[in-house]
Amino acid sequence: MKKKLGTIRENGFLYVFEHFIDAHRAALIALLALLAIAFPYTPVADRSTQRIVTMILLYAMLGMGLNVLTGYAGMVSLGHAGFYGIGAYCCALLTTRLNFSFWPALLLAGCLAALVGFLLGLPSLRLSGTYLSIVTLGFCEIVQMVLKQWDSVTNGNYGIRNIPKPELFGHQFNLQNGGFYQIILALSVLTALGCLAIKRSKYGRAFQAIRDDELAAGMMGVRTARYKILAFVISAFITGVAGGFYSVINNGYIEPNNFVFNVSVLIISVVVVGGLGTIRGMFFGAALLQLFPQVFPQVFRFLNEWRFVIYGVLLVAAMRFRPQGALGWQSTLPYPLSRRTREELAHRSVLPGGEKGATP
Amino acid sequence: MQTFLGAVINGLALGMAYALIAVGYSMVFGVLRLINFSHGAVYAFGAYMVFFFVSLKLGLLASILLSVVISGLLAMLVDKVALEPLRKKKSIPIATLITTIGVSFIIQNVLSIEYVFGSERRAFPSTNLFANLSIGNITIQSSQIIMLIVAVLLLGVLTFLVQGTKVGLAMRAIEQNRKAAHLAGINVDLVISFTFFIGGACAAIAGALIGGYYGVINPGMGSTIGLKAFAAAVVGGIGVLHGAVVGGLVVGVVECVAAQYLGSNVRDPMAFVILILILILKPNGLFGKKGITKV
Repeated sequence: MKKKLGTIRENGFLYVFEHFIDAHRAALIALLALLAIAFPYTPVADRSTQRIVTMILLYAMLGMGLNVLTGYAGMVSLGHAGFYGIGAYCCALLTTRLNFSFWPALLLAGCLAALVGFLLGLPSLRLSGTYLSIVTLGFCEIVQMVLKQWDSVTNGNYGIRNIPKPELFGHQFNLQNGGFYQIILALSVLTALGCLAIKRSKYGRAFQAIRDDELAAGMMGVRTARYKILAFVISAFITGVAGGFYSVINNGYIEPNNFVFNVSVLIISVVVVGGLGTIRGMFFGAALLQLFPQVFPQVFRFLNEWRFVIYGVLLVAAMRFRPQGALGWQSTLPYPLSRRTREELAHRSVLPGGEKGATP
Repeated sequence: MQTFLGAVINGLALGMAYALIAVGYSMVFGVLRLINFSHGAVYAFGAYMVFFFVSLKLGLLASILLSVVISGLLAMLVDKVALEPLRKKKSIPIATLITTIGVSFIIQNVLSIEYVFGSERRAFPSTNLFANLSIGNITIQSSQIIMLIVAVLLLGVLTFLVQGTKVGLAMRAIEQNRKAAHLAGINVDLVISFTFFIGGACAAIAGALIGGYYGVINPGMGSTIGLKAFAAAVVGGIGVLHGAVVGGLVVGVVECVAAQYLGSNVRDPMAFVILILILILKPNGLFGKKGITKV
């Protein structure tokens, strides 16, 4: 049967690599988890490294949020900085003005962003493709305007100062003790698991059906209107929570200029450069795009002024030579059938023994 | 009343310049269905080229003409180097979008490198070439009058180009169906290059006009105005030439009036408020053609 697999080369690098990872999945995950948890206690974790790693994980989380909308449901948003800003301001205002603790404020920040996401999702029923992207771009600008203009609440251009650091049972989380890193690690892992669960559920399949062909999905009985709005809500929720977290790590200070169009561009670059529709790609894309401006000027000191030029060249080259994203390969693993399907197939003796599709 | 009229006249002049930039977005979108985010950077580049040639003592008019040609060529180059390969590979639209954003990063940051032009503002030669016009209490600067006249003339020429010439016919044919246009013997690549050239040239003229009106330029000047002009193009109906003009005027007037009465913070986002309202009420813009989904 293996001969029938067509274009998949069984001695190809990707095939060997993916099957190796699949075979040793548990061990590799344990190793990765150990490394991730031990990181703040290792000697390499000084202040600047911690800050960079925290930003990488934050952008990976933002990427995963946008990925639900763009990678799964196929709607391109150029305004995620708007949700990011809403989350950050909501969390900051709740903790500074109403003396909320950080954790419920974080949750409420996500919920408020999700509510706005619901509202922004409504035009998606009438608009599609490029026009929808344009509306999201306008949304981001309007959030900017509200943040700058609504002086009595947001303090206008001056921003919000003295945002308290998160605490849990008297333990304060900050940059020095690795607390920020621990929070964002937990958040991004939770997000990744959530995204994985969504992708493999009925909802994820509906999103992907809409992405591939909205009309056909509708004909097959997918309620496209409902799922498109749901994609917006989930995406906005994740982005809002990420924004809430950002409000505490930025030296306790946020201002409207933290959430401009360029941030939206950075988020979408993470998604596309990493690999649209994948989760590994979000971490890779975030690492690449965050590390580049940090590491590059230290290595090539004389090219410091050129770094954003080279950043642009990087984006152009990435799209030219690898438009599916750095890690956006087509999986060579057999399609993960659900247990019920496998049992059914084994029952009809199509699959031998019903074991986890080792021999497709 | 007088301040209101003043704001409206301000807005009309600025709106015509927006229309010139919007035309670039609109024509490229018409032919390729692509938002060309590098257009704002080409506009800034155009203004800087004028600045550069003026500093070589070439005279304002000659500088503008040179800058128009060079900016048009730059826009063409962007298409040839970055966008055409993606078209040939039939890659996903979002890849092309990111590419144009990358290109705008490149142009804008090359301009702000220290020994190119530097990131600080530069004084731009004023286009107040004759005495200001006063009607009652309202003063209209001559740079505004020039802006209005030049833009109206240019947009007239462009309309003739698209509606009355063979190249324009080819553009409209490509807009309707690129493959069929190719089969009919139209050199599609050439026409697309030409479209980019015209867009870049118009952006350079707009750069000179707006730069001359404000008297300063900086490398980031293209990003905000680019987005606003783009909003204007969509408001009027992207892909439609007279739509870009109406859109530009609407955006220009509304933002000047809003800035007058609500404070300068609302100035820039006003374009997007109009944009979202229009898109929700009339998804294809004021004059946009209704898209038909074919199965």
